[in-house]
Amino acid sequence: MTNELDIFVGNTTLIDEDVYRLWLDGYSVSDAVGLRVRSGILEQTGATAGVLQSDTMDHYRTFHMLERLLHTPPKLLHQLVFQIPPSRQALLIERYYAFDEAFVREVLGKKLSKGTKKDLDDISTKTGVTLKSCRRQFDNFKRVFKVVEEMRGSLAGNIQQHFLLSDRLARDYAAVVFFANNRFETGKKKLQYLTFGDLAFCAELMIQNWTPGAVGEQPPDPPPYSQVDDMDVDLDKEFLQDLKELKVLVADKDLLDLHKSLVCTALRGKLSVFPEMEANFKNLSRGLVNIASKLTHTKDVRDLFVDLVEKFIEPCRSDRWPLNDVRLFLNQYSASVHSLDGFRHQALWDRYMVTLRSCLLRMYHD
Amino acid sequence: MPGKLKVKIVAGRHLPVMDRASDLTDAFVEVKFGNMTFKTDVYHKSLNPQWNSEWFKFEVDDEDLQDEPLQITVLDHDTYSANDAIGKVYIDIDPLLYSEAATVISGWFPIYDTIHGIRGEINVVVKVDLFNDLNRFRQSSCGVKFFCTTSIPKCYRAVIIHGFVEELVVNEDPEYQWIDRIRTPRASNEARQRLISLMSGELQRKIGLKVLEMRGNAVVGYLQCFDLEGESGLVVRAIGTACTLDKLSSTAAFLPACNSPSKEMKEIPFNEDPNPNTHSSGPSTPLKNQTYSFSPSKSYSRQSSSSDTDLSLTPKTGMGSGSAGKEGGPFKALLRQQTQSALEQREFPFFTLTAFPPGFLVHVGGVVSARSVKLLDRIHNPAFVGIMGNTRSYKLLDWNSFNSDEPETRDAWWAEIRQEIKSHAKALGCHAVVGYSESTSICEEVCILSASGTAAVLNPRFLQDGTVEGCLEQRLSWQPGFFSIGQEENLPAGCGFCHIPYDELNMPFPAHLTYCYSCRKQKVPDVLFTTIDLPTDATVIGKGCLIQARLCRLKKKAQAEANATAISNLLPFMEYEVHTQLMNKLKLKGMNALFGLRIQITVGENMLMGLASATGVYLTALPTPGGIQIAGKTPNDGSYEQHISHMQKKINDTIAKNKELYEINPPEIPEEIIGSPIPEPRQRSRLLRSQSESSDEVIELDLSHGKKDAFVLEIDDTDAMEDVHSLLTDVPPPSGFYSCNTEIMPGINNWTSEIQMFTSVRVSRLSNINLTNQTLNKNFNDLCENLLKSLYFKLRSMIPCCLCHVNFTVSLPEDELIQVTVTAVAITFDKHQAVQTTKTHVEKSLQRASTDNEELLQFPLELCTDSLGSHPFSPAKEHLESASSNSGIPAAQRATSIDYSSFADRCNSWIELIKLKAQTIRRGSIKTTVSVEKASPLTEGHFRQRSAPACANSTVGVVKMTPLSFIPGAKITKYLGIINMFFIRETTSLREEGGVSGFLHAFIAEVFAMVRAHVAALGGNAVVSYIMKQCVFMENPNKNQAQCLINVSGDAVIFVRESELEIISTQQPIASCQPACGGGEIAT
Repeated sequence: MTNELDIFVGNTTLIDEDVYRLWLDGYSVSDAVGLRVRSGILEQTGATAGVLQSDTMDHYRTFHMLERLLHTPPKLLHQLVFQIPPSRQALLIERYYAFDEAFVREVLGKKLSKGTKKDLDDISTKTGVTLKSCRRQFDNFKRVFKVVEEMRGSLAGNIQQHFLLSDRLARDYAAVVFFANNRFETGKKKLQYLTFGDLAFCAELMIQNWTPGAVGEQPPDPPPYSQVDDMDVDLDKEFLQDLKELKVLVADKDLLDLHKSLVCTALRGKLSVFPEMEANFKNLSRGLVNIASKLTHTKDVRDLFVDLVEKFIEPCRSDRWPLNDVRLFLNQYSASVHSLDGFRHQALWDRYMVTLRSCLLRMYHD
Repeated sequence: MPGKLKVKIVAGRHLPVMDRASDLTDAFVEVKFGNMTFKTDVYHKSLNPQWNSEWFKFEVDDEDLQDEPLQITVLDHDTYSANDAIGKVYIDIDPLLYSEAATVISGWFPIYDTIHGIRGEINVVVKVDLFNDLNRFRQSSCGVKFFCTTSIPKCYRAVIIHGFVEELVVNEDPEYQWIDRIRTPRASNEARQRLISLMSGELQRKIGLKVLEMRGNAVVGYLQCFDLEGESGLVVRAIGTACTLDKLSSTAAFLPACNSPSKEMKEIPFNEDPNPNTHSSGPSTPLKNQTYSFSPSKSYSRQSSSSDTDLSLTPKTGMGSGSAGKEGGPFKALLRQQTQSALEQREFPFFTLTAFPPGFLVHVGGVVSARSVKLLDRIHNPAFVGIMGNTRSYKLLDWNSFNSDEPETRDAWWAEIRQEIKSHAKALGCHAVVGYSESTSICEEVCILSASGTAAVLNPRFLQDGTVEGCLEQRLSWQPGFFSIGQEENLPAGCGFCHIPYDELNMPFPAHLTYCYSCRKQKVPDVLFTTIDLPTDATVIGKGCLIQARLCRLKKKAQAEANATAISNLLPFMEYEVHTQLMNKLKLKGMNALFGLRIQITVGENMLMGLASATGVYLTALPTPGGIQIAGKTPNDGSYEQHISHMQKKINDTIAKNKELYEINPPEIPEEIIGSPIPEPRQRSRLLRSQSESSDEVIELDLSHGKKDAFVLEIDDTDAMEDVHSLLTDVPPPSGFYSCNTEIMPGINNWTSEIQMFTSVRVSRLSNINLTNQTLNKNFNDLCENLLKSLYFKLRSMIPCCLCHVNFTVSLPEDELIQVTVTAVAITFDKHQAVQTTKTHVEKSLQRASTDNEELLQFPLELCTDSLGSHPFSPAKEHLESASSNSGIPAAQRATSIDYSSFADRCNSWIELIKLKAQTIRRGSIKTTVSVEKASPLTEGHFRQRSAPACANSTVGVVKMTPLSFIPGAKITKYLGIINMFFIRETTSLREEGGVSGFLHAFIAEVFAMVRAHVAALGGNAVVSYIMKQCVFMENPNKNQAQCLINVSGDAVIFVRESELEIISTQQPIASCQPACGGGEIAT
């Protein structure tokens, strides 16, 4: 005797968190049943494998029906078919949009187009995340990207409003969107040591300080649908243009020497790696300033993280600078510029260095 | 022109994309009532159109208002081709027609299409202006209230319970009309939905007329059913109990709620001053001029001739003969005469109620049932022409008025069955039947009609209707000591209804009688089977449990008459075996009474299925059941002997285990105290039944086991082996779970507020071609057991909990398919308090008298001062908001979030505070409020915070659904009207929709959604007495098609949480706190 049809419908939709997790992770029904059996649930509840199979099928069917709504979370709130308590709705959404660290590191900064989707197979093999789950996560990125890319206002705020995510997750998505839009290279071997958290941290700072929305200089009555209005997604073009002015810090020999002496005087005796710093100062300074001045080229924007690692982090690391020394150096390095009388772009320097300093400190680890 | 219906179409949302090019829709709405149609403007290019239409006004007769549904069709405008229908909404405006119910219907309704399911929502506002019309010839029955609830609704008081009302209407099934060959299935299904909606409206109106004629103002226990007879047509029939109800005053309505429906009744004293003028909404002029034929029970003269189709399977028998001369004791005889005179005016003294006001039920005789096998023939309905013509008269004409010359009608069939039930009841010395219900099972052209109920003796003073004799009766019955009823009122409560109503020296069937174990004065039977809920004053020991008997019998495929004969021959054996199984399982559980018994016999092509469900309990008044003895017929065989003793041991162990599980530990009573049992050695059963089709005389099957002792099971043949095995294969529910099919679980009365109503459907294919009765039985048994196991597993997070009102329905859609549908509600309860409640009645009442009053008084005050300061939130306000949740979205938002925070999230500091408070005070009804927290000890102390703030602003209000007549931890403050909905869903892309399971899962979820939306639009927040009366599923996997029909009903209500009520009462002056405490006192 076989069950042709087997359903359970509650007035309040039953959501089993464990099964939801298995479904999100892309396991087939039979795999999920296997995993549940191994979790010892049969012993705990005295149920049979058949009961478990039926239960898992039921949940999978429910999730499948809910998936359409989860693509536009506000619909989940307003729909009438599934009566779900708000706390459960939030859980469904949050979990659905959650992503794997391994997966996100693979696609971060890549173009979220169909072409990449073909690579999902490779990513799946590489990361061990099931293809189904990869597809869901990728589609989530793409969907969020599409909805907010043309939107004005705070990126994280827009995401939160349209996808009802928690603060934390919305900010992560903002980073994903920001990376995808600016196509920052993150996949190079020397960048592999960076976690998504590191990169998201940097993205958040850049969104806060380097985009047109950052300085609160929104045009009073902007024309709708123009590219210029992407307040949080694109870097501030004007700012990037201005960054060329910083070049004087390394191009002007006197200014560079003065800067060095100011930093050295201040840090003497405070750094364990003082001699190395003194020897490397000009190289490091040149590196940091050149990165700034090249950011007008899209190609160099993409390589921003590669450059930061090559031009600053690797030299320091090879000289075994402790993190605290890096912090002291960067603080002093950016502060001393204010004492350079010949340098007129103090505000610009701060906007650049404040963000960069935090990024570098975050990225400075093994 | 006594009514004006006003409709406003406000907006739509989430509409489907109808124009692929633009990904948008140009939607407009057609509003149709009767033959009048209005249209809104087209709202171009939007999936969320804002029509904001004018008020569309329909000026119509109130008759039409009752019959017709409001039809709202959403369409996509297409300049070049025909407009595409997006979907429809049918709104039953009946709830607006009586004064105390809803005043406006306003809210978001799912737009439903038979192919695509729900496609977006539409916001509609509906109002009705009724003009008073004193036309004495009127055909409408506006103002009569309908309740599905099978007890007196919570905020009403019964003035008079008039009795049985029934009606049926017949029509051609649109699906079987010639036109069905040329039109699409979708058009056909829509025609069906519309027709059934119309027929139920008409049926309800006609029932209402009968109620008005009886001078009642309400129908309680209203049960409407459809018989899809296929080619022979469509029958919509309904039964109910006419009552005169009085609304309790608003202060009384704000008494704190009780945890079980029973308790509340005690607060509501029966009106002992019968005044027929007290009901307000009835007509001032009684109907005298009967220009229509509406009452088969009155105008129908019983035919004794049989038509060709009758097959002579339905003999008219003089069933009443058995009751003559059986009256033994003078008291009983007098009592019977009294009540009989009250009841005799009624052709059928039947009551669809299953729970009664205290004192109503005097004695219970036992279950009476009757079945009849009929061959269906085409219903020739001249009214059909009118429907085809699509003219104004969608109006249906009932069978009687047009076919009064036809001897064989559905009415006559039912009348016969009812007559039989009545005579069975008489044979049991009872003059009334309570817990009465009717059902059918149809396969091809064969139809089994079944009726069952519980024979009972009722207290006449609740039945009289203000006539002179009624008053007389009342006066007489109050003379103490004169009637047996007077005596019994002095007895300790809880055993009276068990006492036999029939005379012990002249019993209708052999039975084993003993003196009542409670009062020691009256005789009681050894077991008691009933179809009603456990009376509130009954004393039980331990807890109850769900007991099911399951049975299959193969039958040869046959046509027409041969088929009917074969079925009729099988029926008696099925009934016998079902009964035996029930009896054995009851013994195995160590219990002695069954409540809520429902035996369903389903007919299929090649088999018959029997499924009996009931709730077993141990009544203190009845004797302790003996064990089960196994005996073999070949005692000389050693190994066989061993086998027998092994089985015997297993059975004994099971009984012992069950006694422990259900906490059945009756006090040991020495035999001499009880007195010598009546010299009647044989154990006899209470179930009296007959097969009306069998022959000229009624065979009253001797369901007792011949000359053998009923407790002895002989296992000399395979059948008996099977019986024993099936007994032992039933596994008890996992710990923390209880189940019953009655309203409340005997032995548990500390419900907490978490409830989960669900429907589960399984269809199994019997793989084995060479089926035998044994394998079939095993398969069926496994199917049911596995289904129960699945339910326990799924609901494990609610432990400790009880599945209440477990309702199994079996159907045989095809040759080798068995479909089982279960609807039930899981309710959590507090384990810790369960221990306390096992205290005896006396102890409790003593305690109550001394201490509870003070504490109950104190507690709300403490609540008030402590909690309100820290959490300034007024439940009164919330109540208002939730009531108006449809009109204003922000209000609904707040209401929702508050609702959840109060029970689901368990994160409310306010509740936590109450809990802490309450733990110091361990008595009274307050505990139930508090137990919200204790519902699941696992999550205690772990308060989930709502993480995403954006989710809190949901605009969808929560609507609870339950098959019970009450909501635990809450008080029903208003009944908004009956919900009775019929849907058809079809698909031609079954695989794409996830196969049969995906299809049905989605459909049932949609049906729930539509019920909830209608309730919310009426301003309600719950459906009580919800029932899925039909779920007919058909599939054709080869064609990738499937179709399903679902019929549901229930009562839309507004409830207020108990905790909020208590706050209200404390906020009012102390004076209003007094009755609240009184109520709480009774409640324990």
